[in-house]
Amino acid sequence: MLEVRGVQKAFDGFQAVAGVSLSVARGEIAAIIGPNGAGKTTLFNLVTGHIRPDAGSVLLEGRNITGLPPHQVCRRGMGRSFQRTNIFPRLSVFQNVQAAFISHRGRGLDLLSRVDRLYRDETDALLASLGLLERAGEMSGFLSHGAQKQLELGIALASEPKLLLLDEPTAGMSAAETHETIRLISRLARERDLTLLFTEHDMDVVFSIAQRITVLHQGHVIAEGAPAEVRSDPEVRRVYLGERR
Amino acid sequence: MSALRRLPWGLLGVLAALSVPLLGSRFYTFVATDVAIMALFAVSLNLLLGYTGLVSFGHAAYFGVGAYTTGLLMKMAGVGFTLAFPAAGLLAGLFALVFGFFCVRVTKIYFAMLTLAFAQIVWAICFKWNDVTGGDQGMPEIPYPDLAWMERLPLVGDLQTSDHFYLLTVVLVGVCFWLLRRIVGSPFGRILTTIRENPERAEFIGVHVGRWELIAFVLSGAFAGLAGGLFGIFNRGVFADFVYWTKSSEVLIMAILGGMGYFYGPAVGALVLLVLNQQITSYTEYWPLVLGSILIVLLFAFPGGIVGALDAGRRRLARLRRA
Amino acid sequence: MPAPSFLFAQALSGLTAAMFLFLVASGLSLIFGVLRVLNFAHGSFYMVGAYLAWQIVHWFGRDPASFWWAAVGAAVGVALLGGVVERVLLRHLYGKEELYQLLFTYALVLILSDAAKVLWGTGQLSVSRPPGIAGAFRFLDTTIPYYNLFILLLGPAIALGFWLMLGRTRTGRFIRAAALDREMLGALGVNVSRLYTGVFVLGSFLAGLGGALVTPVKAIVPGMDVEIIVEAFIVVVIGGLGSFWGTFLGAVIYGQVLSFGILVFPRFSIFSVFALMAVVLIIRPWGLLGRPLKT
Repeated sequence: MLEVRGVQKAFDGFQAVAGVSLSVARGEIAAIIGPNGAGKTTLFNLVTGHIRPDAGSVLLEGRNITGLPPHQVCRRGMGRSFQRTNIFPRLSVFQNVQAAFISHRGRGLDLLSRVDRLYRDETDALLASLGLLERAGEMSGFLSHGAQKQLELGIALASEPKLLLLDEPTAGMSAAETHETIRLISRLARERDLTLLFTEHDMDVVFSIAQRITVLHQGHVIAEGAPAEVRSDPEVRRVYLGERR
Repeated sequence: MSALRRLPWGLLGVLAALSVPLLGSRFYTFVATDVAIMALFAVSLNLLLGYTGLVSFGHAAYFGVGAYTTGLLMKMAGVGFTLAFPAAGLLAGLFALVFGFFCVRVTKIYFAMLTLAFAQIVWAICFKWNDVTGGDQGMPEIPYPDLAWMERLPLVGDLQTSDHFYLLTVVLVGVCFWLLRRIVGSPFGRILTTIRENPERAEFIGVHVGRWELIAFVLSGAFAGLAGGLFGIFNRGVFADFVYWTKSSEVLIMAILGGMGYFYGPAVGALVLLVLNQQITSYTEYWPLVLGSILIVLLFAFPGGIVGALDAGRRRLARLRRA
Repeated sequence: MPAPSFLFAQALSGLTAAMFLFLVASGLSLIFGVLRVLNFAHGSFYMVGAYLAWQIVHWFGRDPASFWWAAVGAAVGVALLGGVVERVLLRHLYGKEELYQLLFTYALVLILSDAAKVLWGTGQLSVSRPPGIAGAFRFLDTTIPYYNLFILLLGPAIALGFWLMLGRTRTGRFIRAAALDREMLGALGVNVSRLYTGVFVLGSFLAGLGGALVTPVKAIVPGMDVEIIVEAFIVVVIGGLGSFWGTFLGAVIYGQVLSFGILVFPRFSIFSVFALMAVVLIIRPWGLLGRPLKT
């Protein structure tokens, strides 16, 4: 599904991502972990086209998407949520998701139709599956942090992605919210046959749902494999897990 | 409340506006024409400001291009209004396309600088190109469109030409409002609001932000051009100060004063500001000083503008009633 | 082909204009780099500097020798004005939407332009060149006023001093840090609020100085505020907003293009500026020496 080959990116001489390769198979749930500043978010930005890599390439379903702008990457079937919640705050919950449907289905240049009821059924169905339907009319900026994160997931899903990238999907959430969000994500991934790639700092979350884990440290991949392998890797224990104890 | 809301306010507004000449005061008709045209100008700007979240400091460029286009065609080439009026929108839209191409390539800060710089370049050209624009002398004596057919109409047939032109203006501005309202209420309009709210996120629902911004820029410029076309005739002449930056600030302040979060907010702003202008300019020539002060008060005290303040008041009232 | 002496004269007049532009644009660029505020009123500060210089010379009974006092006094006066504006009003808009900051400085343009008309009228005012460098000399068949030579030397001197200040002093380091990464400032233990005021005052000082120094070569008229701010905008668009040497380069290029554009478009040399800006925007939308802005 996704293949990253030796991508590199330096900022002002600082090597943020130093030749990272990884691949995610169809239907897999993969995680990227690493201490702060390991280059996780930069790697995400390289994959989604927000930053252009200095070297290396990114392939989505075998097609080269290196250097494409984000809107085109999105159109090729990659969805994304951001580390800092990224919604349209002064639009209603309904409008947030509806806008994503409009764009994804190519109606964004339609100047003549009425927008009010467009994709109402699809939007409502998606909101229902996120548990946000009762709040459809509320201004999204006033939702709680957890609900905004869920809404952001909804925006990403409206683009009907095959691959979904989640940057710290439970950041800033309470334990209960985290638990609920993880259940929601796993359920949606199953129902929609999604491939997932996410970063996360909460190790319980990572080891509970990830099928495959890549560990980044100072811009390099230092370990990769099934959760059990990664957990027992001495290098990982030293630079990462050990550091947290 | 909902019964009030279902009334066709737009149509009622047009009907009310159309009845102004029946009051029989030349002065009222004069002010009303000014308000109608500037309202269109301000609402056109708000397509960028309120809906797309882009601040243009040079919207007068497109207003001016429209005014010169209609003026030149009608005065020099003897072209009829039916052609000269749409031509104003077309040429202004074309200018907006060229300038907008550069402006939307850059971030908001650069956008603000560039819109002003381009507008001042247009102004410098209008100010100096004597052979075409009349330079600093401007282009006086733009003829009225041929409105003889209105004399055969019942009720309004006996009115003066300036009244007839006012009626035409109201109808045309009404049509433009209807079109603009359709645009902001369309799927395209919804995408524009996502760009206003969060361009980064908009990119990642698959929106090519620059392209949508450019289309909004062109549409906004074209409607400003139409307003300019009408204004040149109303003013009986086109002058370089139509393009000057103070004109751009006037329309910007109208939009903010009325409330850029509302479709008709800028129109309300145009009404209030022009009436205020009538009052204040009889006391002082320092109108920009007043404008700047109004703007500062707005920024610190009423960022939602008049309609925003009314809306907030209405909501508080509703909450009190419920309690 | 025009005569070489003509070309030389054009180049020189373009360069002189560039130095004034640099004074204004560098302050604009500096304030933007640190505060992330685009100060529309920067041209108005330049205008106020010019009027203040005239006023001070006037107080001294139009004694040409008082020009130097006037230049310093005007620059300090404008710096004070900038400080008051930042402390009393602008700082309440930090952290709000960019739009509000833009509109605020824009409102200042409107207010200051009228305030100047109230205080100094709408006619042209002028200041004579200071004694000692009031004359001119001939070089390569061209008459060059000593004052212009002084400006041509002063511009690069200020640029150099500025650059040393940025590179060598503690404040300079903070300013550079702020331009790169604002979150880092707090970590460095900088008093951010004082830094912002200081930078705004410094930028205003440069604008005021530019305005005061221009008075012996250019008449003081209403509208000079907007004229210079538009030029300064074009300069930073070309050079790169927030880039110090970019601003210098932009000013030099702008001056030359405007000077020689007259040869191509005799009556519309402004057109060549437009063409230049368009080209830069297509090749490097963030300016020749600038860097892409993080959104």
